[in-house]
Amino acid sequence: MDDLNSIYTDVIMEQSTATYNKHKLDGATNKEHGHNPSCGDDITLEIIMDGDVIKNIAFTGHGCAISQASTSIMIDLLKGKTKEKALRLINIFLKMVKRQKITDEEIEDLEEANALQNISNMPARVKCAELAWYTMQRLLEK
Amino acid sequence: MINYKKDFPLLESGEIAYLDSGATTQKPKQVIEAISNYYGNDNANPHRGAYKLSIRATEVYENARRKVADFINAKRPEEIVFTRNSSESLNLIAYSYGLNNISENDKIVISIMEHHSNLVPWQFVAKKRNAKLEYMYINDEGIIPEEEIMSKIIPGVKIVAITQVSNVLGTINPIKEIVKRAHEVGAIVVVDGAQSVPHMKIDVQDLDVDFLVFSGHKMLAPLGIGVLFAKKELLDKIPPFLFGGDMIEYVYEQETTFAAAPAKFEAGTQNAEGAVGFESAIDYLNNIGMDNVHKYEYKILEYAMKELSKLEFITIYGTKDLEKRAGVISFNLKGIHPHDVASILDSKNVCIRSGNHCAQPLHKYLNLESTCRASFYIYNTMDDVDRLIDGLKKTKEMFNKWI
Repeated sequence: MDDLNSIYTDVIMEQSTATYNKHKLDGATNKEHGHNPSCGDDITLEIIMDGDVIKNIAFTGHGCAISQASTSIMIDLLKGKTKEKALRLINIFLKMVKRQKITDEEIEDLEEANALQNISNMPARVKCAELAWYTMQRLLEK
Repeated sequence: MINYKKDFPLLESGEIAYLDSGATTQKPKQVIEAISNYYGNDNANPHRGAYKLSIRATEVYENARRKVADFINAKRPEEIVFTRNSSESLNLIAYSYGLNNISENDKIVISIMEHHSNLVPWQFVAKKRNAKLEYMYINDEGIIPEEEIMSKIIPGVKIVAITQVSNVLGTINPIKEIVKRAHEVGAIVVVDGAQSVPHMKIDVQDLDVDFLVFSGHKMLAPLGIGVLFAKKELLDKIPPFLFGGDMIEYVYEQETTFAAAPAKFEAGTQNAEGAVGFESAIDYLNNIGMDNVHKYEYKILEYAMKELSKLEFITIYGTKDLEKRAGVISFNLKGIHPHDVASILDSKNVCIRSGNHCAQPLHKYLNLESTCRASFYIYNTMDDVDRLIDGLKKTKEMFNKWI
């Protein structure tokens, strides 16, 4: 149960049901669809870029608590960042959930997203946490 | 009720409540020992050597084929082809029978409850031959109504491919009626027995099916061995699927003639270990008796349906008529995603499946993104069901504050 409680934390549960980032984005400049065929999780990310800066992000779709929370937390983190900074943070996050080495400083840079660190103890759920981040990576690299 | 867990090393301690036998079953020690004995005493390449050991390996492999034939009451062992699994068997039928017997505008009829493995191969054949793929749909109870069978299986239909038991809804389809109708309109019938053969007595002569496929690993046998049953005249007629060693008669530089069935369909060195394990699994099931297997699972199913129905936060899919349902229950907890449910149950060592169970069109038809699924086999007990129910209550409690 310890593993479970370290994953289904208040932050995750709250973000999984939060709706402030979950909507269509008027005037979106770009969008990307992410899908997890084995479990059916399905999200669409929309962004508004202002030059090199991510002015706004929103998502629509459905999925488990982990994937929904991870998406919402990611949006909070990346909003207002430059493309370059965002890609760096995505990279740190993906390393973290795969238990690859990252520094304490890098973990701090993830802000609330570091709440998903313990997902690495639950290999079956890592892909739920990753979905939004990989989708965002593809979107930014388009 | 007898507790069979003692025969299953992975379940014996009672630590795990394994409720995912629809995906794969655990193995009794008899099967594990049979495989070990094969390598300890009989291993050689079947059908190859002139020496005693190879002959013994051949005998062991061919005995397993006879055992499988008897198990489903096939007329002769030559009607049994060993494959890797049901999916490979269905691909064999699609490639060797489908592509050669379907022409433009012919119809292939399947049902909306098919597993992807009995759906995607037929999409492939239909696209390749410009044929039409049509679906029999289900009613609110998860059952294909008789009118649907009669209105979809009509002249012009060449193949009807249908599962005997739905791996999501547990629905038992009326195969005998479907076969009768299909034969009347000149179609052949492919039955996916992956979820039925392990759980009930199947008689291919009585059902009069043309093709039947099933997997060993869903019926106590090892992974990697499956079965294609086909009527002999069909097997004789259709061309090979895979080419290679042991499936030929004469090979010349530019031409080859092929061995008779079933060897024609068994290219390369075969999974003798799997066949031996399969034989042992059938012995184990025969020892209990397939009628008893079915009765036993029925009791578990009945109890599980009763207990699940008491939880007001749960929606159960499919029929409540247990005569028409095998030991599979798909359900959802209102407001909680199946993946979260499975993870929380897992923390209590209760194993269920979550997702779309390789049946995306069915989930779309039911307007569902995914479901939880509990499926049973002879080693399950009422205690396993109680642990499921407790786990579900606990899941609900955890999420209560948030949904």
